Amino acid sequence: MAGADRRQPARHSLPGGLVLSHLRTLIASLGVFYRTPFSSLMTSAVLGIALALPAGLYLILVNIQQLGAGWDGTARISLFIKRSVPDAEAAQLARRLRQWPEIAQVTFRTRAQALEEFRRHSGFAGALRALKENPLPAVIIIQPTRRHSEPRAIAALLERLRQLPLTARAQLDLQWVKRLFSIMEIGQRAVHVIAGLLALAVLLIIGNTIRLDIQNRRDEIIIAKLIGATDAFIRRPFLYGGLWYGLIGGALAWLMVEVAIGLLAGPVQRLATLYASQFSLTGLGLLPGLTLLGIAALLGLAGSWLAVRRHLSAIEPT
Amino acid sequence: MIQFHHVFKRYPGGHEALSDVSFTLPRETMAFLTGHSGAGKSTLLKLVSLIERPTRGQVLVDGVNLGATRRRRIPYIRRRIGMIFQDHRLLYDRTVFDNVALPLVISGYRHQEIARRVRAALDKVGLLGKERLYPVTLSGGEQQRVGIARAVVNKPPLLLADEPTGNLDPALSLEIMHLFEQFNQVGVTVLIATHDLGLVQRLGHPVLTLDHGRLQADARLPEPA
Ligand SMILES: Nc1ncnc2c1ncn2[C@@H]1O[C@H](COP(=O)(O)OP(=O)(O)OP(=O)(O)O)[C@@H](O)[C@H]1O
Ligand SMILES: [Mg+2]
Repeated sequence: MAGADRRQPARHSLPGGLVLSHLRTLIASLGVFYRTPFSSLMTSAVLGIALALPAGLYLILVNIQQLGAGWDGTARISLFIKRSVPDAEAAQLARRLRQWPEIAQVTFRTRAQALEEFRRHSGFAGALRALKENPLPAVIIIQPTRRHSEPRAIAALLERLRQLPLTARAQLDLQWVKRLFSIMEIGQRAVHVIAGLLALAVLLIIGNTIRLDIQNRRDEIIIAKLIGATDAFIRRPFLYGGLWYGLIGGALAWLMVEVAIGLLAGPVQRLATLYASQFSLTGLGLLPGLTLLGIAALLGLAGSWLAVRRHLSAIEPT
Repeated sequence: MIQFHHVFKRYPGGHEALSDVSFTLPRETMAFLTGHSGAGKSTLLKLVSLIERPTRGQVLVDGVNLGATRRRRIPYIRRRIGMIFQDHRLLYDRTVFDNVALPLVISGYRHQEIARRVRAALDKVGLLGKERLYPVTLSGGEQQRVGIARAVVNKPPLLLADEPTGNLDPALSLEIMHLFEQFNQVGVTVLIATHDLGLVQRLGHPVLTLDHGRLQADARLPEPA
């Protein structure tokens, strides 16, 4: 038909009009939440939980990482001096150690200083006062140079320090941090796997919801096709529907995670004070939160797109 | 406006609904399509609106060969055809206004223009006061008129109606047919499939008669090319 799509002045001029028409569809597609509030909210809640799980796990990892970040990645060796050694002699050892090429920094703490510190942080001040004698040894805290922080070099250094006559015990502080890090690496993998699976779940949930929506509006789709609606026009509200599901599910997930953090923050803070730590729980924060929303919206769009692609073209007027 | 050249339509399953159908329906003509049940009336209309494709032969609408139409172009062709159905095919969860506005929304008209045209179309079918109502609250005849308003709101050059008066009493049927005549008078080509031979004779428009998929064209219609 010649000029079947001749542009008429009464129509929207591109692209402003198209944007407006898209916006209108976007708002209109919220209608499903208005028409069927209960089932839509149920679906959104399921999506929220599915998204909150990986977000929460991610947050746990971030917090553990922060806990570990207090140790700046280089090893630290605590060299405990035999209690029979006078402070002056120990201090001299500390000065000598400072000359070693593999050592970057040396901090010496006398027995009295060690006691003071322990008293301040442990809460056992009373018990200590009952003791006649200071039970703590003097400590030389040694930080190797970065070059000597790698496992083999540090093991050698540790061995040398152990051989010193004044040494009671030499202990590498890093070990548990390292263990923590390798556990966390496993944790990270696990979070990725779980996040992947749950993303798939979100995709399928939204896809299925949109599929049902398409089936429920079958007559409407057929009528729209009969009076000349393009595939893009028919597709649009369903795609936006998926987008909304994703966004609302993502927002719910964000909310759930922040609430959970809020509930845990108090007890964690108290626990941290017990260990003389400045550590406090971090929430999701703006950027990761927006990332969560973005991923959720994309999953929504992708899920509905899959459903639309599979089911919309199958509906044709007869 | 509509030309059929040796059109055959065989449905999957082997039934031949149309056999060697040829006719020409000139522009601005109003014509009836009759025949017994199962004669192929609906099938013929579906070929014009691209709901079905012919097995053989050519269908031309407004000079365009539909056989060469790609799927993506179908919506634009349908926008130039107003279709009216026996069962109205209205959206029952939308108001009368929204139903009639749908073709305009699909074509991307502006808000004010939509409102203006919808009112004009509803005025023409005598339903101006009922735009805020839902179709279920209307009588069968009124619902059919909503369907007609929707079909003409876009000002298409061609109207196709498949048994538009199938469920209506004789007085209402006549009223609806007069409505079609009014559109025809302003230059719209109209093709109406109907069983109602009494009405057809009374109105005196050209008639296409189908019998078991074969066509007998009225002498008032031009010989097929
Ligand atoms: N989708 C289909 N698949 C198979 N056969 C079909 C299909 N549609 C119609 N037919 C057959 O094609 C023949 C013509 O059908 P059509 O609907 O065109 O008749 P009609 O003249 O409109 O009849 P009625 O007056 O009852 O509406 C009938 O025998 C019908 O059974
Ligand atoms: Mg029929």
